[in-house]
Amino acid sequence: MAKKKWKKHSILPGFGLSLGFTTLYVSLLVLLPLAMIFVNTASMSWADFRATVTEPRVVASYQLSFGAAFAAACINVIFGVLIAWVLVRYSFPGKRVIDGLVDLPFALPTAVAGIALTTLYAETGWIGQFLSFKVAFTPIGITIALTFIGLPFVVRMVQPVLQNFDQEMEEASAILGANRFQTFIKVIVPEILPAALTGFALAFARALGEYGSVVFIAGNMPMKTEITPLLIMTKLEQYDYAGATAIAAVMLVISFFLLLFINGLQWWTNRKFAHS
Amino acid sequence: MAGHIPLQYSSTKAGKRSAQEPLIVRFLLITAALAFLFLFLLLPLLAIFITAFEQGIGVYAASITDPDALSAIKLTLLVVVLTVPLNALFGVAAAWAITKFDFKGKSILITIIDLPFAISPVIAGLVFALLFSAHGLFGDFLFEHDIKILFAVPGIVLATLFVTFPFVARELIPLMQSQGSAEEEASLTLGANGWKTFWFVTLPNIKWGLLYGIILCNARAVGEFGAVSVVSGHIRGLTNTMPLHIEILYNEYQFAAAFAVASLMSILAIVTLVLKNIVEWKAGQHG
Repeated sequence: MAKKKWKKHSILPGFGLSLGFTTLYVSLLVLLPLAMIFVNTASMSWADFRATVTEPRVVASYQLSFGAAFAAACINVIFGVLIAWVLVRYSFPGKRVIDGLVDLPFALPTAVAGIALTTLYAETGWIGQFLSFKVAFTPIGITIALTFIGLPFVVRMVQPVLQNFDQEMEEASAILGANRFQTFIKVIVPEILPAALTGFALAFARALGEYGSVVFIAGNMPMKTEITPLLIMTKLEQYDYAGATAIAAVMLVISFFLLLFINGLQWWTNRKFAHS
Repeated sequence: MAGHIPLQYSSTKAGKRSAQEPLIVRFLLITAALAFLFLFLLLPLLAIFITAFEQGIGVYAASITDPDALSAIKLTLLVVVLTVPLNALFGVAAAWAITKFDFKGKSILITIIDLPFAISPVIAGLVFALLFSAHGLFGDFLFEHDIKILFAVPGIVLATLFVTFPFVARELIPLMQSQGSAEEEASLTLGANGWKTFWFVTLPNIKWGLLYGIILCNARAVGEFGAVSVVSGHIRGLTNTMPLHIEILYNEYQFAAAFAVASLMSILAIVTLVLKNIVEWKAGQHG
């Protein structure tokens, strides 16, 4: 009888089994391990914790990680919307293949992407030799790797919105005297904005924690090209578990807020669709 | 969240003729998009295969039949065989509980399932190091019983389970939500038991979504690097997965060998993309 208070009655079987298994699995595999971060952090003194997470080398890594992830997510929004637009609105040879290729960054192991990009952008590489500035082993290289990793998010968020978009709204805007650019800014952009923002946030969140594709192209110089996940790795290799855990706790809290933000955005997107 | 691609059913038909841009604008937009995709996607892919064969087919063949490479391939397969079915089972159970019943705390459960996507893979590895290292929660217990988890295969399996576990669940939850449970209720009313209903009613309905989730889960399990890197200990021939083996070769300047192994993984990635598109197409036909 107590069960009914928190669960609505259903004639379908398997509630206890499926929820029980799910809860056990999630608790053992995710909650218990993640709790270790906070348990271990809590055993540090506040002064120690603050000193660890505000050390200049750590702060430099936050700045780099945030800056590069932000830049990459911005590039992804611009080109992601462009690619989604081109794939939905225009027809050209090879479109289906290109549409499928967009998901390559999700399918390709990050380490493979990392060594490929480093080879391309190294000073003697296919692309690097034509550039007058250094790309590999600089923040620009990091941004390129993060752009690669985040590319599919914006495209895949915006594409379905454009597909379902009622083109009569554009025609109405054109009949009312707006030119194509005005129609784009005033009719189409507001419609795809929530999806584009969600894609941006997803790409940003992924870029913030990315490790595999970045370590090869970054050069990993402390204070200059050392991203936060790499710093955690370095501390672990030196058996500085407390230091690694403290930085991880900061990143976890940031990730958690990003997750809340993304859920909020998705709720906004759904509401937009529900009333239109 | 990160890494989650919703299954898309829609076709890629071009828009209507009205309200279109002038030809020159269209041409410029298509060129810009294709140039970007060429630079960021196609060129890296080409670079992998060309560099892999740079020193000839002999070096290529030697690189992928090297004992260390073979043991890395075997370990990666072992990890996939252990993690993907477990996470598929979890995905189905979680989706069943979440979509077929109303209970308190449901949205918290959905958020928790999303968590591994939002967390850096390095942190995913770190948490298992904290649990199983000599100073960790289970450190003493494991030492007394002489069980090795960290820097051994079980640690790699656990870390991979962690980073890949949302894929199937995230694919099935929206799908089963949109399907509702009218068909299952009908089946039960007609006298079928729970398992029969699941097997003959639910499973055929969700098979494409399930397969899609498994494909994505598999791709990530094969290629996971950050999390596995923390817990593996990099012992050659024992705890090196394919991505870790590539890293070692690359850092030793054995570029041709590194790219040879990388090319195998790239072929797998391309197969993944092709399968994914076939599943999308099939799902579009049935959905």
